[in-house]
Amino acid sequence: MQKLSEELKNRAGQKIVDPEYLLFEAPREKVFMTGSEVVKEAVKRASVDASVSYPITPQSEAAHLIGELWVEGYVGVYFRGESEFGVMSELAGCSMAGARTITTTSGPGTLRAMENFPMWAGSRLPIQLVLMARGINSPLSIQPDDLEVSFLLDTGCMVWYAENAQELFDMILAGFVVAEQPDVHVPVVNVINGFFISHTRESVMLPPDDIALPPYNPYKAPMPPIDMEMPPGRFLRDPFVMKSNYISYATHTSWQFEVRAAIERARPYIKKYLGSLIEEFGDPEAEIVLVSTGTGAAQAKEAVRLLEDEGVKAKVVKLRTIRPFPINELREAVKNAKVIFVPEFNVVGWLEREIRRYLYKHSDAEIIGGPRVAGGMTMPPEIIVKDVLNYLGKEVKHVY
Amino acid sequence: MATLGPSHYSPYPVAVYENILPPPPGKALLFTEVVDEEVAMREAAKAMLTRENPTIFPGPQVIYAWNEEAKEKAKLIRELAEVLEAKIIPMVDYRPKYPKIDPEKEINPNHPNLTIWHNNIKACIFVGVHCHYANVALKIIRAETDCFTIALCSNAGHEDAMITLRDQHADELRKFIDIAKEVKKEVK
Repeated sequence: MQKLSEELKNRAGQKIVDPEYLLFEAPREKVFMTGSEVVKEAVKRASVDASVSYPITPQSEAAHLIGELWVEGYVGVYFRGESEFGVMSELAGCSMAGARTITTTSGPGTLRAMENFPMWAGSRLPIQLVLMARGINSPLSIQPDDLEVSFLLDTGCMVWYAENAQELFDMILAGFVVAEQPDVHVPVVNVINGFFISHTRESVMLPPDDIALPPYNPYKAPMPPIDMEMPPGRFLRDPFVMKSNYISYATHTSWQFEVRAAIERARPYIKKYLGSLIEEFGDPEAEIVLVSTGTGAAQAKEAVRLLEDEGVKAKVVKLRTIRPFPINELREAVKNAKVIFVPEFNVVGWLEREIRRYLYKHSDAEIIGGPRVAGGMTMPPEIIVKDVLNYLGKEVKHVY
Repeated sequence: MATLGPSHYSPYPVAVYENILPPPPGKALLFTEVVDEEVAMREAAKAMLTRENPTIFPGPQVIYAWNEEAKEKAKLIRELAEVLEAKIIPMVDYRPKYPKIDPEKEINPNHPNLTIWHNNIKACIFVGVHCHYANVALKIIRAETDCFTIALCSNAGHEDAMITLRDQHADELRKFIDIAKEVKKEVK
């Protein structure tokens, strides 16, 4: 049941409800829409105070649609930044002043804004970024490729990864709830594979649009939520390293550990609002395991179905979160594995590196970094099937 | 100094790297153990009443009159200090002080160990300190001193303190004062 008073309304006149009601209990209706449109629907139900945008493919449409929400009165402040660096800096200002904020970016925009992400985390700002991953220059590509995710892994931001539009919708709403917990209170980056999700229509179940998340309460923030230029905020939040050399390096160390500790504290909240940090699909006892994220996981699921037709038992372990990394969940999910494939949409294999790191001395399985595609290539499930069958020494009957 | 552990060569071990998370709602944390709030309050009172130079470090959330709750909590913290026979050294703000703080008069989250060393504090209570700064300070204290740290937090608690109590508001402070009075009769 809705615990909050029915009298409470947000700026758009939507009824404020518990996050649990919005995410799990409210009736849902099926719609057919793109990932970009889903971003709009999630933001519409999120009592967002401020959004700043800058155009870059493939996230431009989502940013544009958030602007429509401002026109319609659902978002308090909306404007175009001078660049992605400007966008992320301006969002930091909004967030420090106590606003719930969200933006979207892609590929080169992510890199242009990069300095801001650790600044967000170090300033304990629960800003949400929807990252529609695309290639990184050079050579120029506007096509899907998630190399940029590897750049974000050590910024102090949470990094979650959605497989489809439905998961993106739910993760955007859950993202605000988890990121704004006082003991977490770090940014959350919700990643999707650009184009595959942003520009593709699929069925999505949405709750009514006359209900919304409770507004952000900046007075529960782990830092004083006041303009840094104005006392008493300024008294409380001056930068520290340059003011005192005495033990300032130790402070910086402790501060950085604290930001990483905050990500770890998100685990129980993520379990509550996403169900689990991972999702398993296929034969639970399978010795062949495909570990992947996002669209890679979707393709791996199709590969598991095809492998079943070949008489091969396999399963997918989809990682919903990369930061925090689902360490124990992964170790448990691959305990029967003899071989682990890691399908990825980038050339460097950042996910393979992560998996090797956390399974070191915790799994005897052979880890195969692949198959990998990049630069905008698709990953037909048949190429995953081919790699598995080749490994097993079986005849490859499919195309490719 | 801290011992080597999952945090490896850093002098700042972090409790979450040892799989210690803040306590769930309704519970408290006593070192690594999730316990009932009353158990934690008794142990906290005992630590303050039996260790040298017990001190309460009130932070900006209770030393400035932001709201009625802050005023009420400030009065209760004074009462708690009297019961625990503890000094009060405030954390008035979070700015680093150049060249350094006066450890007789204040504690600062950027070098909290100075105040603890100078006053030979063996048990302390953090209350009313914004969570981020409490966590930064508690990690440094844990690494640099042998002070027994207790955190009374109005939010989710602080796993780097040796005892952490969460969701602590005026009613909980009153309960702590009552328990401290009982413990005092037992140990004094």
